[in-house]
Amino acid sequence: MSALRRPLARLRLPAPLAAYFARHRSLAIVAAIAAIGVALPLLSLVPPFGLLQSTNAWTNAFTIAAIYAMLAIGLNVVVGFAGLLDLGYAAFFALGGYAYAVVASPLFGLDVPFWPMLIAGAVIAAIFGVLLGAPTLRLRGDYLAIVTLGFGEIVPITLLNADRFTGGVIGIGGIDRPALPGLGVFSIIDPWPYYVLVLSMLAIVVVVVKRLEESRVGRAWEAIREDELAAESSGINTVVSKLQAFAVGAAIAGFAGVFNAAKLTIVSPQQFGFVVSVSTLSAVVLGGMGNVVGVGIGAFVIYLVQSIFLKQLNILFDQIQLPIISGIDFLQFQYVLYGVVLVLMMLKRPQGIYPARRRMRTFSDAAPAAKGAKR
Amino acid sequence: MAAQGEAGQVNTAARRGALTLPLAIAAFLAAALAWMGLEQFVNALTLGAIYALIALGYTMVYGIIELINFAHGDVFMVSTFVTMFVSSTLLGQKSAIQDLPLLGASLLITFALTIAFMAVVGAVIERFAYRPLRRAPKLAPLITAIGVSFILQNIIQYLVGPYGYNVPQLFPNTWAVDLEGVRVPLLNIFIIAVSVSLMIALQLFISRTRTGRAMRTTSMDRDASAIMGVNIDRTIMVTFLIGSGLAGAAGVIHGLYYGNTNFQVGYQAGLKSFTAAVLGGIGNTAGAALGGFLIAFIEVAAVVLGFSRWGGAVVFSLLVVFLVFRPTGLLGSHTGDRA
Repeated sequence: MSALRRPLARLRLPAPLAAYFARHRSLAIVAAIAAIGVALPLLSLVPPFGLLQSTNAWTNAFTIAAIYAMLAIGLNVVVGFAGLLDLGYAAFFALGGYAYAVVASPLFGLDVPFWPMLIAGAVIAAIFGVLLGAPTLRLRGDYLAIVTLGFGEIVPITLLNADRFTGGVIGIGGIDRPALPGLGVFSIIDPWPYYVLVLSMLAIVVVVVKRLEESRVGRAWEAIREDELAAESSGINTVVSKLQAFAVGAAIAGFAGVFNAAKLTIVSPQQFGFVVSVSTLSAVVLGGMGNVVGVGIGAFVIYLVQSIFLKQLNILFDQIQLPIISGIDFLQFQYVLYGVVLVLMMLKRPQGIYPARRRMRTFSDAAPAAKGAKR
Repeated sequence: MAAQGEAGQVNTAARRGALTLPLAIAAFLAAALAWMGLEQFVNALTLGAIYALIALGYTMVYGIIELINFAHGDVFMVSTFVTMFVSSTLLGQKSAIQDLPLLGASLLITFALTIAFMAVVGAVIERFAYRPLRRAPKLAPLITAIGVSFILQNIIQYLVGPYGYNVPQLFPNTWAVDLEGVRVPLLNIFIIAVSVSLMIALQLFISRTRTGRAMRTTSMDRDASAIMGVNIDRTIMVTFLIGSGLAGAAGVIHGLYYGNTNFQVGYQAGLKSFTAAVLGGIGNTAGAALGGFLIAFIEVAAVVLGFSRWGGAVVFSLLVVFLVFRPTGLLGSHTGDRA
């Protein structure tokens, strides 16, 4: 059971390396992501995976999965760390994407480079996060969920109707791809530059979020999540603290949104519906609220299951020609998957598959997530 | 805008006393009638009847277990398909029925079966998805409810496919009365009459019966009610039965009025009805009805003013503004603790 709870605890590095990484934890994160980044494409060569699709297709899938991982880690800051339920998270993702699309597409004939916009997209999303959060964060938890849900509706409606600036229902196409000498040409044929870039972004996000978690700000978030009243009486400015969580979460979504726009080279309102918010929430719930690594893995699992496993089931059953099963479109089940993940996880294992180290009272009164965890 | 000015009046009226509220509503209705004309006025009332019936389910459930029952909009969606099944498959009626006794019997059966079926669906959801989490932290049942909403949508999508469907409009839409030169369909009058009678019946049930009293005490203090001999589980289940049944009635009405449905109608309708419940003061049944009509008037006003595409954004912005400045709503009195 304990092995299941902490799968990575068994992993032992050589002593000097372990000591080095214990002192430089951010470097350890970067090294771990680099190692995973190398391992994943290699894994896609191995028979069961290699037979399904080409390595390039796998790399592409991993790239998109990494975008979802960033989203899940960002949402985790809001939901997992601070305990605020945000149901309109896709709106910030959309804002980042549109921020880049408007200034780097034929729509206005502008060609602002990708790299500064990566930061600008994050900042713009964060500003909207603060604008939404400032008046609403005083609300009780479930009201906040509805306000963010409303915001998640308002943003696509606005993008749809303000067609002079957003291209309306068609969206904005022909968005510039990033350019960086030495990383190769970013194109639709070659997934590798995008893969390297998204992993670097993921590493930045994980390092920032991990460091925040262990900082004074992160401890304040946790205190608010566990008991807002007690946190307030201990001198934490709860409104400022919640705003910080909202801003950081929104910034990460904006950051990922800019990359997403540059990868797909098109943004449209339909890409940012409620489904995106719910699938991200499913990843967070599945991975274990509050655990950065867990929710990242949760996002990878959710994305790979829906985009590859279900698709392969379709192809498989088409080939064997089983009477009834061949007629089923398994891709239809991806949304059921979100629903089932949310319901079953809440009923059976609210702390997630890979729970946070510190005990989360907010989600598990009965089940202390990791009893033996040392801090 | 007339709608917002009048909303302010209703707001202050709620504080002053019981007598001024009906007066404020009457003044609002008169102003709305004068401004948008009889035809749009009747449309708004009809739309409001649907929103109000759904909003009642949200507000009752929130009142008793403080859960935003996210799946409620999809319970409504399911009921539109149940209506389709009952009227076209069970009764074999594909179009309007001109014969009055037959029409009455068909409508009665459709309403009865749909309401009964949806009531059971609601109770089953409560039993298996929400009851195990009764003592859990608050976000857990809310997330579960989102999951249930997704599951309901996809069961329907799987069963019938992702297309729009025609629902038999049993009530002939050729029947109309002439009011000062404006043609008012009898269907609209029928819908408003049905929903208002259901709301009055609900008010009577809550205020006059033993079960209604149990519901009120349970929402005030669950533990104290349990000590006084109220069967909490049963009371909560009855709340879900009634709330889902009302959503079922709204589904029948939706079918009669629009004549079509698809597996996604629940999301928008649910969101707007929830907004209505918040506007009226969540937990307050009269407020939910009031809020439902108010939302409908705002939406119709947006259409009249020519920016119908922004109708949704207006409603949700209003929700945000209302939650920030008056989270207790128009009639709400009980303010929950923060967070």
